[in-house]
Amino acid sequence: MAYGNKVIDHYENPRNVGILDKDAKNIGTGMVGAPACGDVMKLQIEVDDDGIIKDAKFKTYGCGSAIASSSLLTEWVKGKTLDEAKEIKNTDIAKELELPPVKVHCSVLAEDAIKAAIDDFQSKQ
Amino acid sequence: MSELKTPIYLDYSATTPVDPRVAKKMMRYLTPDGVFGNPASRSHSFGWESDNAVTEARANVAALINADPREIVWTSGATESDNLAIKGAAHFNQRRGKHIITMKTEHKAVLDSCRQLEREGYEITYLDPQANGLLDLKAFKAVIRDDTTLASIMHVNNEIGVIQDIKAIGEICRENKIIFHVDAAQSAGKVPIDMDNLKVDLMSFSAHKIYGPKGIGALYVRRKPRIRIEAQMHGGGHERGMRSGTLATHQIVGMGEAFRLAKEEMAKDNERLMTLRTRLLDGFRDMEEVYVNGDLEQRVAGNLNISFNHVEGESLMMSLKDLAVSSGSACTSASLEPSYVLRALGRNDELAHSSLRFTLGRFSTEEEVDHAIKETRKAVEKLRDLSPLWDMYKEGIDLSSIEWAAH
Repeated sequence: MAYGNKVIDHYENPRNVGILDKDAKNIGTGMVGAPACGDVMKLQIEVDDDGIIKDAKFKTYGCGSAIASSSLLTEWVKGKTLDEAKEIKNTDIAKELELPPVKVHCSVLAEDAIKAAIDDFQSKQ
Repeated sequence: MSELKTPIYLDYSATTPVDPRVAKKMMRYLTPDGVFGNPASRSHSFGWESDNAVTEARANVAALINADPREIVWTSGATESDNLAIKGAAHFNQRRGKHIITMKTEHKAVLDSCRQLEREGYEITYLDPQANGLLDLKAFKAVIRDDTTLASIMHVNNEIGVIQDIKAIGEICRENKIIFHVDAAQSAGKVPIDMDNLKVDLMSFSAHKIYGPKGIGALYVRRKPRIRIEAQMHGGGHERGMRSGTLATHQIVGMGEAFRLAKEEMAKDNERLMTLRTRLLDGFRDMEEVYVNGDLEQRVAGNLNISFNHVEGESLMMSLKDLAVSSGSACTSASLEPSYVLRALGRNDELAHSSLRFTLGRFSTEEEVDHAIKETRKAVEKLRDLSPLWDMYKEGIDLSSIEWAAH
């Protein structure tokens, strides 16, 4: 698979790898995908009192574009409100990373991951 | 320490480089000052000389498997040989029956030839391997029917390198009057084959898996008892009518020389490869959650197919920039399906996604193996640090207990 430079950059220098306390009230965790399908994405957001995403961390099992999609997403959501973060579309990620058509599902997974993290956060409030 | 040249080629099961000794010989059969004649030209020395070269190559191919040169039919490669053997034998024997037995782990050339026959009204039984990749002989016997005319079982699997017991399978086939085809693309030159001692009726070969050129192969067609097949390629009646088309002299010479060298050097090559593979596997032994796919004993020396659990194969290969290897991961295939061979072993899909295939060959070195170990360990560690599955494993969570949303 020949990837563009942006995928390779995020793959080689992934941003915001890590874990936040999933039990904390101000943390939302989204885990999507399945090992049998070859990709699992775990995305966590830390939301402050004003409803702004202060921090974001990820861990991903998957191909290079899945790792890159989640890494890019953590960069994008930081500083956004929850509503703004919900607006991020998989097509934006695919476009930014220049994902080939066969890898578009990785960006879909990333979109699902942030939605799941926001849902988790909101269900705790 | 000598200079290590990267990338390092560790994909000898995909193809091999042509041995320089083979290439040197081939070059004499192309140009105006060489032997370029059509071997079928009977009226002048250009043709006779080419024909002599083909005869010598045919003898070399036959010698590696202890067969009669008249039992060798040139083809364009193992895919064509598989097609010719399976469709040719099925068609010729259709009045006797239309049932064929094969395995789920066969090469696509065998599986897709069988699929084509299914469309023509044949019935195919696709047997599962055991967990170690080997055929269960009892299961094989159990599916034999009165109308079974053909069985096709590969000698060595291209992905996991396991060696099927074609001697025992051949005995069963002969007792039941079933024609036995063996795809030997991955075994010729790696496992001793003696046609006097095996009840194999048809056997497919390729040159480019054993240091010969691409685009040339052969089909062994037994004479005693005589096996008859229907031609798939019609034309000038070459190869006793079984495969028409002008013989590619230089390719054939290359295959003959590759097979001659294989006969001479197989034992020595295997010993060296076994040492290298053991070194490679030992380099991973102390790591957690590492699984060898397929039987380790009944296996060709150069193959190591290994899964690094909780790490995805394609991303692993992305990290291994210095290594040319392959993976059973879905992301490396156009279909987005993980390796059907690894899935057929009955392991979970995750291990297929996490697999790497290292295949070593004649030009592999100890230094290359050491570098491969170092690079792989580094990459696996890096990706496990990134993997939520690894974290869960470390926390003692049983991944199979979780309800994943398959997508």
